[in-house]
Amino acid sequence: MSSTAPVAVQPVPRGGLGKLVGHRLIDWLPAVIVLVGIVGLWQGLIVWLDVQQFLLPKPTAIASAFWTDKQELLHAGWYTFQEALGGFALGSGTAIVLAVVLARWRRLGAALMPYFIAANAIPIIAFAPITNQWFDGGLTKSSKIVIAAILCFFPVLVNTLRGLTSVRPQDLELMRSYAGGQTAIFRRVRIPNALPFIFTGLKVATVLAMIGAVVGEYFGGALNALGVLILARSRIFLFTQAWAGVFVACLFGLGLYIAVALVERIALRWMPSTSE
Amino acid sequence: MNVVEISGVSKRFGSTTAVEGIELEIGEREFVSLIGPSGCGKSTLLRIIGDLIEPSGGKVVVNRKTARQARKDRDYGIVFQDPVLYDWRTVAKNVALPLEIARWPRQKRKVRVQKMLELVELTGFENHRPWQLSGGMQQRVSIARALSFDPALLLMDEPFGALDEMTRERLNMELLRIWAASGSTVVFVTHSISEAVFLSTQVVVMSPRPGRISEVVPIDLKQPRTATTREEPRFFELVTQVREALHLGHDLERAAPVITQQAEA
Repeated sequence: MSSTAPVAVQPVPRGGLGKLVGHRLIDWLPAVIVLVGIVGLWQGLIVWLDVQQFLLPKPTAIASAFWTDKQELLHAGWYTFQEALGGFALGSGTAIVLAVVLARWRRLGAALMPYFIAANAIPIIAFAPITNQWFDGGLTKSSKIVIAAILCFFPVLVNTLRGLTSVRPQDLELMRSYAGGQTAIFRRVRIPNALPFIFTGLKVATVLAMIGAVVGEYFGGALNALGVLILARSRIFLFTQAWAGVFVACLFGLGLYIAVALVERIALRWMPSTSE
Repeated sequence: MNVVEISGVSKRFGSTTAVEGIELEIGEREFVSLIGPSGCGKSTLLRIIGDLIEPSGGKVVVNRKTARQARKDRDYGIVFQDPVLYDWRTVAKNVALPLEIARWPRQKRKVRVQKMLELVELTGFENHRPWQLSGGMQQRVSIARALSFDPALLLMDEPFGALDEMTRERLNMELLRIWAASGSTVVFVTHSISEAVFLSTQVVVMSPRPGRISEVVPIDLKQPRTATTREEPRFFELVTQVREALHLGHDLERAAPVITQQAEA
């Protein structure tokens, strides 16, 4: 049987966190060039076309406004980020659990799914002023957490459900041949199969969570919340300072996205091509 | 004692009849191939034996039990044309899957997985992912998994159908070696006449629309089969016999339209 000496098609990928993130510094170079280009173009056009500060400030002006107020801005950003994170956890967690229930009991899924789809068509943000009144007149984190949670809920639910139900018929036949019950099927086939889908939903949800929290705060919130701060500054025509607040919102939103993407890479190391 | 006893089995999907009037007995340690053209219901019959499909009529007895009870008792292992390995599990973990479901203790599982990987000659690939292996290797993992819990019956649905001819012949040899070593009974679905003759103790020839057994050809080639078995005159005789049985099944089906055409001409 020496002629059958097996040969692996590809080597096993192994490496530290650097490898896991999947890129060396040089791989980031094109993206960095684009960023520098866009910021440069923005700065250049404003100077060249002499755009008024209140319409669109120069990146350098935003940067310096950020630097002056960084203590207050980052503090406000952190406050709002906590709301976003709370909403993300609540909304995504509920969605994943519910997706498992709907996939397990298909009848229930068939009965409820049309309403979830219809509910998704509701512009959730429109409820922000109302939900603010539901919780302490909108001055605490609760109402923003709820808005963020509702925004996160749907993409995670739909993606998880699709992942749980898109198993191949042979996968189920195999489990059936081993007399594996529903619990075994979920634990060993449906849930692992759904993981890539779940992460797709979660990544969409990270961005929505931050949007939900900030917009929720536009309708009233704690004085040290980022949304309240952005709104207050633009009301007194401190647009550059308002832009610095938007920049901080981006920063925190991006941070959450990257954190989830990193967890994804670790959780899905078994995938044939997460890094290709 | 017969491992499988099928009497009067039929299966309809809606208005089409997949198989009808199936009578078949498979003895212990036999290697039985089901062969026939597409749509003759050979895969359906295999799935009925394994209780993956319920027959519309008739009776299936596996190990003196109903097919359902046999499945629940984990009396058979199954190998599909697609290896059906899980990418999120390593090779070793894939082989261990049925053992986990049957709640074997961890240590016992580990020992058995090692032994099975040795049997299919994949020692050293425990921690590889399925997608890192070639098609032939994947199918060997699938065979190791099917045999890991010592099932009395091995059901194989065109396991080598997607492989190239050379890999296929090599895996045929390996399968015979594994069959001899494991002592299980095999039901093997294939399209290939020479594969069926080479591997089997009996070849069951099926004809389509509706799927029926048209002939059972006993294969009296001496055991163990070797590379030279394929060159023996008796091998060719048996291949011819199976081929003719296949064509007979076909011609019966086509007889009527041919006559009509002549009448029109």
